[in-house]
Amino acid sequence: MSEHGTKGSKGDRMTWVGRAIRRLEDPALVTGQGRFTADLPATHWVRFVRSSVAAGRIAKIDAPKDAMVVTAADLKGIKKITPMLHKFNYKPVGQPILADRQVRFVGEPIAAVVGLSEAAAEDIAELVEVSIEETTPVIDARAALASGAPQVHAEAPGNVILEGRFKTPDFDAVWNGAHRIVTLEARSHRQNATPMEARAGHAAYDSSTGRVTLTCTTQMPHLMRTAIADVLAFPETDLRVIAPDVGGGFGQKMSLCAEYVVLVWLARKLKSVVAWTEDRRENLIAGFHARDQYITLEGAFDQNAKLIALKADIAANIGAYSCYPTTCGVEPLMAMAEMPGPYDVRQYQCLARGVITNTCTMAPYRGVSRPVITFTLERLMDKAASAFSIDPIDIRRRNLIDKFPYTSAMGLVYDEATYKRTLEMAVEAIDVPAFRARQQQARSKGRYLGIGFATFSERTGYGSPAFAARGMEITPGWETVILTVDPSGFVEARIGSSPHGQGLRTTLAQIIADEIGVTPDVIKVVHGDTDRSPYGWGTFASRSLVISGGATLIAAQKVRAKLIKIASHMLEAAAGDIVLEDGQAKVAGTDRAITIAKMAREAYHQSHRFKGEIEPGLTETGSYDPPGTFSNACHVAIVELDVETGRVTVEKFLVAEDAGKIINPMIADGQVHGGIAQGIGNALLEEIIYDESGGILTANLADYMPPTAHEIPPIELHHIETPSTNSITKAKGLGEGGCIGAPAAVVNAINDALAPFGVVIDEIPATPQRVRAALRNAEEVAKKTA
Amino acid sequence: MSEKTDITLTINGCAHAIKVEPRRTLADAIREDCGQTGTHIGCEHGICGACTVIVDGEPVRSCLMFAVQAAGKPIRTVEGLATGDALHAIQQAFMDHHGLQCGFCTPGFLMLAVGVLEREPDISDEELLDVLSSNLCRCTGYQNIIKAVRAAAKEMRGK
Repeated sequence: MSEHGTKGSKGDRMTWVGRAIRRLEDPALVTGQGRFTADLPATHWVRFVRSSVAAGRIAKIDAPKDAMVVTAADLKGIKKITPMLHKFNYKPVGQPILADRQVRFVGEPIAAVVGLSEAAAEDIAELVEVSIEETTPVIDARAALASGAPQVHAEAPGNVILEGRFKTPDFDAVWNGAHRIVTLEARSHRQNATPMEARAGHAAYDSSTGRVTLTCTTQMPHLMRTAIADVLAFPETDLRVIAPDVGGGFGQKMSLCAEYVVLVWLARKLKSVVAWTEDRRENLIAGFHARDQYITLEGAFDQNAKLIALKADIAANIGAYSCYPTTCGVEPLMAMAEMPGPYDVRQYQCLARGVITNTCTMAPYRGVSRPVITFTLERLMDKAASAFSIDPIDIRRRNLIDKFPYTSAMGLVYDEATYKRTLEMAVEAIDVPAFRARQQQARSKGRYLGIGFATFSERTGYGSPAFAARGMEITPGWETVILTVDPSGFVEARIGSSPHGQGLRTTLAQIIADEIGVTPDVIKVVHGDTDRSPYGWGTFASRSLVISGGATLIAAQKVRAKLIKIASHMLEAAAGDIVLEDGQAKVAGTDRAITIAKMAREAYHQSHRFKGEIEPGLTETGSYDPPGTFSNACHVAIVELDVETGRVTVEKFLVAEDAGKIINPMIADGQVHGGIAQGIGNALLEEIIYDESGGILTANLADYMPPTAHEIPPIELHHIETPSTNSITKAKGLGEGGCIGAPAAVVNAINDALAPFGVVIDEIPATPQRVRAALRNAEEVAKKTA
Repeated sequence: MSEKTDITLTINGCAHAIKVEPRRTLADAIREDCGQTGTHIGCEHGICGACTVIVDGEPVRSCLMFAVQAAGKPIRTVEGLATGDALHAIQQAFMDHHGLQCGFCTPGFLMLAVGVLEREPDISDEELLDVLSSNLCRCTGYQNIIKAVRAAAKEMRGK
């Protein structure tokens, strides 16, 4: 095995865990041998005709004669997608597979057109004419909450689909006795996760078995299978779902797409192979959105700038339907639960609403709510620091949690973390005094630099109880791993999780290698195929390394125990003297050894030798459902702001992070880098813009702008490893952290740069237009006062 | 629209005689008519660069070029980078420096980098950043891609 970077060790024994080995995934991907959904050939191709208006009644659909066009009328009897929550006054609203009489957002699929090639399907789709009697849409969450607003669904009067309320018993008394109240009105605009591979599905009917194999670009293959079989009401065993190589997901590929249901229905109807590849425009208008929230956050502080009570009002625009399986509660309810973040505050009041509008349905996107609440809370802390005339670093020192386990006002239990240590580490590494001197110098030359801090907690690797607490009917918590040493001595781990770029095949192989004494390159990790892998949930919510990694460790420990038993029989030695290493079982202190391959062959082919003490074969299963653990970090951004154009350049980004035990430092750092890049894009550039009529103005990658290499500065990373007691591998998740902290750090830095002008920006993205608007306001105020 | 033209695409030295409509993009022809699916399509409007291939020595967006325009010209794709089992320096560098995660944008970045480094082996860091900013990656945050391309440039100059 090749490796570079730091070496892992356990006592004086070298370990694979902790080493920056190269990824087992890479050779195929760098040679063009990756297999993505759109690479598969098909017989029939589908193009969706989508609504061009945000709200209205479908009057007529005209299609060319002989064209195969599927509409809601053809899908009679098929269930709507209706995810469920049993709490928080949730109003279940159903999403028809194709728009049924009514359209509710621009991009909603109305008809599926089938052609013998992709181009043919597109040509026919051009000829389908849909007449819609337009009604008045409601686009903005606050407009939808106003009295007299148009109703998007009859089932959700007032357009409120969900309402979470929380208040600690002593809230009012503490609030009323506060020394100072600091208020923040924050706005996070709408974004799209924008994986480089947009959605794609390929449904192949097998006439010999009557089964359909759906290959699709999903993060949750097992649940897609259950959901589609439920909606179409046929046995789940007649459907196989494969997630092949998946070109990024970031949450967007978790939810059930109505389009995939149509593909499976068509494959069964036509007894054919039916495919659909989404184009970028479709992805940007209809491929699930995220982040669109208004938050009013108020902090009550005592005279020492200690936060004593926090009050939040969260209005999350959840779009036209509720996403399956998480439901639209995923954003507002997580925001409610985690709003207090890394700060010690005993009194908390929150109202979190999910608001239905005539916009694309919201779904999880990397960080889920926490990029928004962290941005909001960190803006509040900076604002409070300014009100108390103390340093932003100092107010954090006074308020960060430092005793563990810590139980939050809402009852979340935080395991040991290093909120204060990572802050101090970042402060020292960035050299604040040197920056302040440079900032002063720059200002005198008309250049505006700013520094911004963000400290946050990142709840990761949480099991089913965390989802049950939200009242979810589906609690995607646990994971299962089946680990087999085959008769030839090769190792295969079949996992329920479904990675798509996170390098999990490599990190799980590292965990297994240490337990059973082989090298990672002989271990195949199999995922993303419901025929091959055990039921499991998938890769999302910074969970796979913790939960699937934990299940892997349990399975590997069982295989290890069995190998030791077999070795003890075959080598006639005490189990305590057996050591597994270099692909062998060895008797410590002797030259007696036997290869794992030989033991495996014996376990299958000579099982009678073990006299019933050992079950035949060499397969063990591990399942894991952990309580969840909190990673933490301090992010620091240094920006330069061009006051003429409003353009913000991130000059430097620094992270001090604690994600527990690091299994592969190279992969861990890569996750943080990628998250920060998305966070910087979210903070500065990325915005899905609707016009008043509900049309989308940002339907290509020139208007919706993920950052390029130019926008991402060098990133300096510092790690602390506090082993988690809530995770059997001691690892915490870190996939989302970069994206959670970066918007807050960047916007705080922009506000620091803007300080001489007396204006603030509490909106993301802080686009050049918004920065300029703020500066223009300042100029006008200055003129008036002069 | 649907009348097809006979053309020959020469991809990685191998001639593919195909029939295509004039509107067929080079990207679609490479993937579907010639079966070389290593080239990926990310946006079909020339922004993301996932479909970058080398035509006549220059990196091009194959979604913005018609197949008929590439007829008779040498085309190089990611499948042609390695020599047998020996990886090209750029492929090895992407693996060494963790320059990829999901791998979807990777073929485009590899072909972009190879095309530019063959033309300008001594390209400055600043110019390289400009070049690499022409493609999008959503996973890596670019730092490791930049490191990988710099390492490959050094390796390629040494040969």
